[in-house]
Amino acid sequence: MTMKNNFEHIAQQFDITNVVAQRSDLTLLTVPSDKAASLITHLRDYEGYKHLVLLTAVDWIEQNQFQLTYLLSNPFKKVDVAVRTFIDREKAEITSIHHLWEQAATYQRELREMFGINFPGSPRVDKPFILEGWDQIPPYRRDFDTKKYSEETYFPRPGRETNDPREYMKKKLYPNED
Amino acid sequence: MKTSKRFKINEDRSLFPPKNKDGKIDVDLSSGKYLKLWHGPQHPGITGNMSLELTVLGDEVMDCETHVGYLHRGFEKLMERRKYIQCFPIVCRVAVPEPDFNEYCFASGLEELAGIEVPEAAQWLRTLVLEMARLQSFLMWIGGQSGAFGMGVIGQWSIYLRDLVLDRFEELTGGRIYHMYIIPGGVRGLLPDGFRKRMEETLKTIDTFMVDIDKVMFNNAVFKKRSVGMGYIDPEWIYQFGITGPNARAAGVPNDVRKDFPYLKYAELDFEPVVGKDSDIYTRADVRRRDLLLSVDLIRQIMARIPDEGDIKAPTPNVLHWKVPQGETYRRAECSRGEYGYYMVSDGSEYPRRINVRGPSYTHAVALLEKMIINTNISDVAGLMVSLHTYPPEIER
Amino acid sequence: MSKSELEKRTVMTPDGNPIEIDPLNDYFCDARPQVHKPASAIIEKFANWARSESLWVLGFGTGCGAIEMRPLMTPRFDAYRFGIQWRPTPRQSSVFVISGYLSVKTLKRVIRSYEQMQGPKFVIALGSCTINGGMYWDSYNTINRLDHYLPVDIYIAGCMPRPEAILAGFEKLKSLIREGKGEGANKYAMEFDWYKANQKKIIKDWDMPDYNW
Repeated sequence: MTMKNNFEHIAQQFDITNVVAQRSDLTLLTVPSDKAASLITHLRDYEGYKHLVLLTAVDWIEQNQFQLTYLLSNPFKKVDVAVRTFIDREKAEITSIHHLWEQAATYQRELREMFGINFPGSPRVDKPFILEGWDQIPPYRRDFDTKKYSEETYFPRPGRETNDPREYMKKKLYPNED
Repeated sequence: MKTSKRFKINEDRSLFPPKNKDGKIDVDLSSGKYLKLWHGPQHPGITGNMSLELTVLGDEVMDCETHVGYLHRGFEKLMERRKYIQCFPIVCRVAVPEPDFNEYCFASGLEELAGIEVPEAAQWLRTLVLEMARLQSFLMWIGGQSGAFGMGVIGQWSIYLRDLVLDRFEELTGGRIYHMYIIPGGVRGLLPDGFRKRMEETLKTIDTFMVDIDKVMFNNAVFKKRSVGMGYIDPEWIYQFGITGPNARAAGVPNDVRKDFPYLKYAELDFEPVVGKDSDIYTRADVRRRDLLLSVDLIRQIMARIPDEGDIKAPTPNVLHWKVPQGETYRRAECSRGEYGYYMVSDGSEYPRRINVRGPSYTHAVALLEKMIINTNISDVAGLMVSLHTYPPEIER
Repeated sequence: MSKSELEKRTVMTPDGNPIEIDPLNDYFCDARPQVHKPASAIIEKFANWARSESLWVLGFGTGCGAIEMRPLMTPRFDAYRFGIQWRPTPRQSSVFVISGYLSVKTLKRVIRSYEQMQGPKFVIALGSCTINGGMYWDSYNTINRLDHYLPVDIYIAGCMPRPEAILAGFEKLKSLIREGKGEGANKYAMEFDWYKANQKKIIKDWDMPDYNW
């Protein structure tokens, strides 16, 4: 309850739509994507959430959206807040926050390479970061099939069998049943 | 801004040569003045498998670009194809030298999403395993730091001590490096017979050797001359770069996850975070040495309080067909390098939706190193890298 | 590491003369690897004994297994008494220990280091990831079978193999070399085109010469 009250005074200003108190020290907020950068700036400068823990993305392919999660932490009051925002999957682009934290540029480079989300203006965001010579779709997207790609490109050694545990134990313990 | 004893870091010297509007210098390689060196993946002076592309003017580094990705296996994509219990053997290998933190953060995130309570004895055993993992990681680091400055004997001693700790791990869990001891719901087994006696002998051996290492490394004139006043981290950079762990504590900021967000049984143990004042390489080494002795002390406190019998695993549903309720969570732990965290998203099915691993070297070795390495000598690059205690596997997973 | 540095172009030297350079042809030798034919049986037997007693390992920790290579060189397991040392450059080493999985980016550097080693050279493959992909068999960035890209002399199974297991592997390699069966480098020279075709299939931005010698 106290967590919800803590964000009520800015809920109107930044259009916060959904507040979930996951634990006593972790709150999850949802904002629309155009208000995300300004909410994060407000949290950093006025509410004391100075430490950016991580910035990552989740692929909700069924709703055709990416969810971006900015996890911030308040080192004085020892609480966390996760700011979640949804962007469109086809034109994945959002304001960059590299001017707030210098480390954010690294997270944004990785998201650009692995998901294809663009952060206009972030330093070195279109240079390859982890992969080299990659010419397929960004690999962490859910429509990229990693097993099929691995079987086609890297010569797998023949002789591998995969069994369902229930079927295998039934055949082994009761071989005469059907 | 604090000035060091030897020279003013990043104040006057970084003005020469002049920088252009991007903050970089204009390098003309064909003029013969600058040289591009690869402190590359095949090099005895880097902690793991990553590379630095250095632009050098004479003997001094002017510009640096880090290249990571040599150990990329696509963990987060592989975990989406495996059920939760199938992820446990694979999750150890994210941070190779210190694997228990991965198991703990993953298991406790899963327990939080599914609403399982871990019994008392299992929590004490988990705390013991995490402290032992920190201890052996610090011992390996001592060997790396002294080896980077040319003192190879200390590495031989400390890796031997680490082998003694790995023997205790093998007795308790069955494996030297990858333990897979922490499972969803608890741990895999109680302490074997005679473990307490052998653990006390190991800790006594470590105490004796640490006195020797203190004399040979920390009171050594060569080590002091090479490390005091070098590699300064400004306290204002702590939140800009997300610096955590001994790197931040050596700059005077007492951030310790075990005290700030207490987990497992740390709230019942008696300790204070280890803080240093000047944040140069020598202070970081000293903070880690005191952190090592604190780990030894904490293990003694934990061993005095572990129950000899009790429930070690809470009942879980059939792990092969376990639908975890929908939700998101973030769990963190204090590993020997900083704050280690797992962000997990579940969508109600048997497979995880998204798991993101936040390793402390992600910010230390990429953004911070590129900033700190300007104006250092080429021969000090290895010492600087090791003093940040980075492990490349957790950067690109 | 930009490709524009490897193209043919005209540069100005520091004393003001323009010259034409072609980096891939000028700075590298373009001969193919040769098969080493032994001189005579007695000398080859003696040479094999000498090679097997001083196996110098290249210091390149390519993957997980590098963490069990370090305790090997400390007094507890002591590989120095067998004549096994770590050397920092490929020119001075004769054994390449591939410790675990290889991503595509690392494979390019491994090929470069391997081809710079002087023959006769041997490859030890550590761990189950080199045999059939191990636990990363369905990953898009790690290779599945090492012997399609480099000639492997001996495999050591495990995840990770203990230092005692690695020492047993070195013993087996020594007995192989003494019998005259350490033929990895010659196999590479004879089937050079097949190995190159496999390597070029997965390394998509190939900016090295065909044989880095």
